[in-house]
Amino acid sequence: MRFITHSFPFTYKGETFYLVYHPYSNSLHSVDKKAYLVIKHKYEELSPQELADFSALSAADVTEIESEIAELEAQGLIGFDQTFPYQKSNLVKALCLHVCHDCNLRCKYCFAKEGTYNTARDYMSKEVAKAAIDFLIAKSGSRKSLEIDFFGGEPLMNMDVVKFAVEYGRAAAKEHGKEFSFTMTTNAILLNDENIVFLNREMDNVVISIDGRREVHDRVRTTRSGVPAYDHILQAAKKFRAVRGDKRYYIRGTFTAYNLDFSNDVLALADAGFDQISVEPVVLPPENPMAITADKVGQVLSEYDKLAEAYIDRRANGKWFNFFHFMIDLTEGPCIMKRLSGCSAGCGYLAISPVGDIYPCHQFVGESDYKIGNVLEGTFDPAVPRKFAEITVNNKAKCENCFAKYYCSGGCVAASHYYEKDLFTPYGAGCEMMKKRLECSLGIYAVEKKYAKKR
Amino acid sequence: MKHISTIAKTERKSSVMGCGECQSSCQSACKTSCTVGNQTCKQEERINSTQKKENI
Repeated sequence: MRFITHSFPFTYKGETFYLVYHPYSNSLHSVDKKAYLVIKHKYEELSPQELADFSALSAADVTEIESEIAELEAQGLIGFDQTFPYQKSNLVKALCLHVCHDCNLRCKYCFAKEGTYNTARDYMSKEVAKAAIDFLIAKSGSRKSLEIDFFGGEPLMNMDVVKFAVEYGRAAAKEHGKEFSFTMTTNAILLNDENIVFLNREMDNVVISIDGRREVHDRVRTTRSGVPAYDHILQAAKKFRAVRGDKRYYIRGTFTAYNLDFSNDVLALADAGFDQISVEPVVLPPENPMAITADKVGQVLSEYDKLAEAYIDRRANGKWFNFFHFMIDLTEGPCIMKRLSGCSAGCGYLAISPVGDIYPCHQFVGESDYKIGNVLEGTFDPAVPRKFAEITVNNKAKCENCFAKYYCSGGCVAASHYYEKDLFTPYGAGCEMMKKRLECSLGIYAVEKKYAKKR
Repeated sequence: MKHISTIAKTERKSSVMGCGECQSSCQSACKTSCTVGNQTCKQEERINSTQKKENI
């Protein structure tokens, strides 16, 4: 019987690391080339060249390696699969609050359709914000840690409501024995001194959107009147970074088919002085010229390899930064329930539109078929959350034999909906990118572990 | 072992699973992909912070 195990080479500066990852025990093993061939032969398919190399191994070597594999199996670190039953929950713990469906930028790739989500350019009222917070508290049951992300459009365009929601949320949390974590995702156009002080004080995490190099950024992100916005955003973000200290923030970029060499954008952000960086593939239908279509995925994967090498170099040479998709926690990390359910969109995590409509997540806002209710009207149809509670990696057939399934939980539900037209089918190109990012994360871990010992 | 070296494995200190107190992955930095493998466990954070205080 073949159990899910992923054996792969990772190359850093001409040195090949042979690695074996077992998803059920979340264990990583560094092996020599001979062991790599024997393990891969046992659990996966060897390439023709690898098969030839395997056939050339001596019987003594194979016997010795098989005995080591048996030791790992006895320790529960390889050679078994396991089914983890998912415990469903109908509690809500996080809301994405669309405080404003308007935006002061006109990004050409915006999945939110210039911030509107194909709805009116509405601004959330204090009444809706209050009702949303009350709704979250009422639906959170025994959960103590609750979250609200101020999102848009551009949330800084409705700061009065953001400030009200924070103040009301803190008071309500105290009254009900809850703790609120607030976050904001902003384009920084209105990130003035006053807003910097407020966000730094009140937000547990601040995500600022910048796309990397100036020419890349300004090609796709301009103001409403078409003025390039890079310089303004960069200066505001740098100012925020300077006061942020060691509190959480991310500089969050998007790459498109226009900048498939996006490792240069990640490094440009690091050069600008940011040390918490996330740059993600664009979400667009394949007919859009900026979309990451199947024919471009290979180039994206190579770019992750390139980035991984530069990443290790910089971190080892006094230019440490963190790339969101290369982070991995192999010693602790999330529990298996979290790994099964992922973002829990549609049940634990919901989005609220400016008029109070409830949707499974921010990317579903405006999709009338997925409207769950309205916080102001006090309506809530449990049918949609019931359906979304079924979307665990256990119920995605394509994930069954994937080594990355407990890393991404089967991927973004909205991507499944928009690209695959099925909530239970993971977005194919997204899977390839996710698997490569996991390989890079594991490879970086192995390299840094080896050379940290020597430093 | 001569050919294989285990360089990482999960040693969960807490038996608590599915408490739901951790951060929603979509509130971290992505908003368009789903990455949970790099998230932290609130229970582990509490244990670590308690151990840190005890060690001071």
